[in-house]
Amino acid sequence: MVKEVQIVKTGIKIPLAKPKIGVAGKTGFWRITKPVIDYDKCVKCFLCEIYCPVNVIRVEPDQGPVIDYDYCKGCGVCVDVCPTSALKLVQEE
Amino acid sequence: MPAQTLPQVPIKKGEPAYKLWIFEPGWKGELPLILNPRQLAEQKRPAILPGHRLCAGCAAPIIVKLASFAFRGPTIVVNATGCLEVATTIFPYTSWAVPWIHNAFENAASTGSGVESAIKAMKKTGRLPYEHVDVVIFGGDGGTFDIGFQALSGAAERGHDFLYILYDNEAYMNTGIQRSGGTPKFAWTTTSPVGKVLPGKMQHKKPIADIMVAHRIPYVATGTPAHWLDFIKKVRKGIEVDGPAFIHALSPCDRGWRHDTAITIEIARRAVDTCYFPLWEWTPEKGYMLTDRSLAIARNPKLKQPIEKFVEVQGRFKHLLKPENRHLLKELQEWVDTVWEDLLRRATNAPK
Repeated sequence: MVKEVQIVKTGIKIPLAKPKIGVAGKTGFWRITKPVIDYDKCVKCFLCEIYCPVNVIRVEPDQGPVIDYDYCKGCGVCVDVCPTSALKLVQEE
Repeated sequence: MPAQTLPQVPIKKGEPAYKLWIFEPGWKGELPLILNPRQLAEQKRPAILPGHRLCAGCAAPIIVKLASFAFRGPTIVVNATGCLEVATTIFPYTSWAVPWIHNAFENAASTGSGVESAIKAMKKTGRLPYEHVDVVIFGGDGGTFDIGFQALSGAAERGHDFLYILYDNEAYMNTGIQRSGGTPKFAWTTTSPVGKVLPGKMQHKKPIADIMVAHRIPYVATGTPAHWLDFIKKVRKGIEVDGPAFIHALSPCDRGWRHDTAITIEIARRAVDTCYFPLWEWTPEKGYMLTDRSLAIARNPKLKQPIEKFVEVQGRFKHLLKPENRHLLKELQEWVDTVWEDLLRRATNAPK
């Protein structure tokens, strides 16, 4: 996904870090509870996308919120801010 | 009355959810300030990528994300050492989609000043390929209240054009919850333990935003991630003013404050509802101006909640709820009331 960033060669060695998704690995392994969406209740208010600390929720136009479970840490902030209780935390298997 | 609907702005399908903030040389104009959540979700991409090492339920990445929604173009981020710095940049990779510079604990504001001076010099000699490049500094409470304060004060005095965003989690959370100048009175930390002799920290929190007001810089504000519209507007104002700007953002920390990870946003909301952390902005022309929820409380004092509402959900204040410690809770309530009354007296838009 992340394109290689072009670095202008100046002849000086600078410790440059490259942008990458998942610098700490797949943070989804941290999860003990998993947010699950009930698409019938969702009103697409975008609050979960705005508040998600890990930026893994994206509200798709026709489908509704989609969660990237590879990186979701299962904190439950989206469940707390959801005005219609469309999101629910379930125990991770 | 017809139900209000959001304007229909098509979200493009198949577009990557994350992208790097790369501006072509010669890029002109300003990114618009979007306050409609639908358009925000469609057009804006956060400056911080998923997969960082911050704790589940941390409010710091929410603050960074909301701030990045208000960036107006090419932006350089300077980051003081702290949770945010060590958890997002694990060499040789970084979670930031914007240019980011590392520096030591105490000199975030100095580094920001240097970056800003370099931008100015490049602009003067015609080597800057952009119209404007903004400098945004993120600092924790340890790097702002205590260690980095003289650098910040000096940079504010020299008048460099930057925005300093303080995410205040009220202790040195990165190194293991030691007390800082931002820790409130009676809070438990590992260096101010609660026991038979002492009821937690014995000193009050330093009024850092008021100290920055005393520097007479063009813009000072407070904000929380819970009041996101208010926060985005304040960040944009801070970036747009010519000169240093300072934003004090409360950042609930589930590890250090000992609360459930899910109620991060709820706690930030309660901090404003109980007037523990009032929302205001200050400009030299208009003085103190209450905003958002705090303005509503000033107009209708019935909305003000007792401090118990803020204290009861946090493990670090657990001892205050015991019957023998009621006088401590009362003392905390009195202090919160004094600060709030003082702010009401100074606020120009509060009903007198």
